[in-house]
Parts: sequence; C-alpha cells; structure tokens
Amino acid sequence: MNIIYEPWPWYVAGPLIALVMFLLLFAGKKFGMSSNLRTMCAAGGAGKVADFFKFNWKEERWNLLVVIGAVIGGFIASQFMSNNKVDINPKVSKQLSDDYQIDSSGKAYLPPELFSTEQLSNPSMLGVLLVGGLLVGFGARYAGGCTSGHAISGLSNLQLPSLLAVIGFFVGGLVMIHAIFPIIF
Amino acid sequence: MKQIVYLSIGIFFGIIMYKSEAASWFRIYEMFQFGSFHMYGIIGSALVLGVIGIQIIKKKDLKAVGKQQMRLSPKEKGFSRYVIGGTIFGLGWALSGACPGPMYVLVGSGYFSILVVIFGALLGTLLYGILKDRLPH
Repeated sequence: MNIIYEPWPWYVAGPLIALVMFLLLFAGKKFGMSSNLRTMCAAGGAGKVADFFKFNWKEERWNLLVVIGAVIGGFIASQFMSNNKVDINPKVSKQLSDDYQIDSSGKAYLPPELFSTEQLSNPSMLGVLLVGGLLVGFGARYAGGCTSGHAISGLSNLQLPSLLAVIGFFVGGLVMIHAIFPIIF
Repeated sequence: MKQIVYLSIGIFFGIIMYKSEAASWFRIYEMFQFGSFHMYGIIGSALVLGVIGIQIIKKKDLKAVGKQQMRLSPKEKGFSRYVIGGTIFGLGWALSGACPGPMYVLVGSGYFSILVVIFGALLGTLLYGILKDRLPH
C-alpha cells in the first residue's frame, strides 16, 4: 500500500507533464497556466481599466476548467495518494533550520512557518505571500508566460524568447534565495 | 463533453504536480540551492520529450481535433520583456514557492494561505495590464 503514498520520481513526472502538453495541443489549446489569471481579471470586469483585458474571455473558459481540475487533482492527491511530507536534501534541510528556523522539511508539504493559517495574522508573512504572488502575476504577464508556457511549451517549440524568459526565471529565483532571503527572513 | 475533457486534463495535471512534489515550497527552495536533481529532472525530461514530440507534429503536419491547426505559433520577438518579466517572475516564484499551476493545486490540498498568493497574482496581472504601454517590451 505504501507505493500509493510515495512521491513520483522525476522520470515519471516529467514525461507525464509532456503528455499534458500534448493532450492540450491535440485538443486545439495550449499548455500555459498563467493565462487564466488574465482571463479571470477580464471576467471580473478589468476591461474597464485596461484594454489588455478587453478580449472575448468566454472563448478562454476552457482554461478555467483546467484550473478547477487542478484544484480537484490537488484534493485527490493530498487526501488519498500522499502522506503530505516532503523529504529534501538533508544539507538543505539543515540549512533551512539553522538559518531560518524552518524545521518542517520531512514533516510537511509546505512549511507551516510560512503557510499556516495562524501566520496570516503575522503582517510580515502575509506580506511575503502577497508580494510573492504579485511578482508572479506581474512577471508572468510581462514575460508572456510562466514555467509551463515558457519552460515547457516554449522551449519544446525551440523559442528563443522562451529561453530568455527561463534564464530570467532562474536569475530571479537565485537572487531571491541567495541575496534577498537572508535579508527578509 | 469538451468540458469534461478540460476538467480531466486539469485533474491529471493537478495530481502530477502534487505527487511529483513540484507544488512543494521545499522542492522549489531546494532547486534554487542546487540541492537535488529532482526539479531539473522533471523539467528536463518533459522538455526532451516535448522537443521530440513537437518536431514529429511539425514534420508530419499533425492536426488537432476537428482538423484545426495546432496552436504552436512562435512567441513574439523581443528582449526586455522576456528578461525583465522573467526575472520578476523568478523572484516571485522563489519567494512564494509556487508558480501559477501549483497555486491552484495547493488550494485543493487545503493550504488556504495560498489564496493570498493567488490574490496577489491576480493583482499583479491587473497591474501589468494597466502599466503595459509604459513598460519596455
């Protein structure tokens, strides 16, 4: 029975992600998980403040169904297919504990030090989550795609712009973890 | 019928993201610390198969359902938008430990704090829409 709860190795997950991309392509759509944010803004009436949101968002409703599916998938996997604990490299785990007092690797799926509901009343943690999201949303639209749209779809189609964007993703990520984390945590 | 297909693809995607731990903050942190091959293996193997598959689609001129063209249009040319936008995205990816797909997966897994991240992402998207014409692209 344990095998159901074990995490999937990269050589299972990677090919399955490629399969998701091909399923969407054969359905006449494309694999990109950040465009739905634009669709949601448009559906919420953002066309009144910026032309960027004036498009027929109803044509992109399929994208919202994929989102709802992802929520359901997250529910199924966490409830029935996982022990919800993520083991990482012990050195990284120790470093997280020593430098940031984040002791929950191997015990949780997300660190409660950041994501527990109690932390929402801590203004600095609330700020981290809000600003993190803001940068993701802004950056994804500015770059015209996120990890799925550029790193998987765009690079699979050998797009130079996607390579530039993915280099940007990693530069930004490395700067955040190695230069900004020590200041804010 | 079509609706069920999109919903099912979403469910499948959600399970993969959660089960591979690509939706875990720890894995993203570990990736940027070069602590494991895991995330690189996921992206890399998806990419190798993606490149091969798309070459086959193009060589054989395969069509999507209903004989439509595949949506494989090239990305717009540009430099600044990809480098600057990409870097901003990366900062947020590392800070929140979540990219747009996994955010939704984590809602389903019951980590409701992630709703703050999603709210932030919607706000960021809105902000980009407003500032778009004033930014270098």
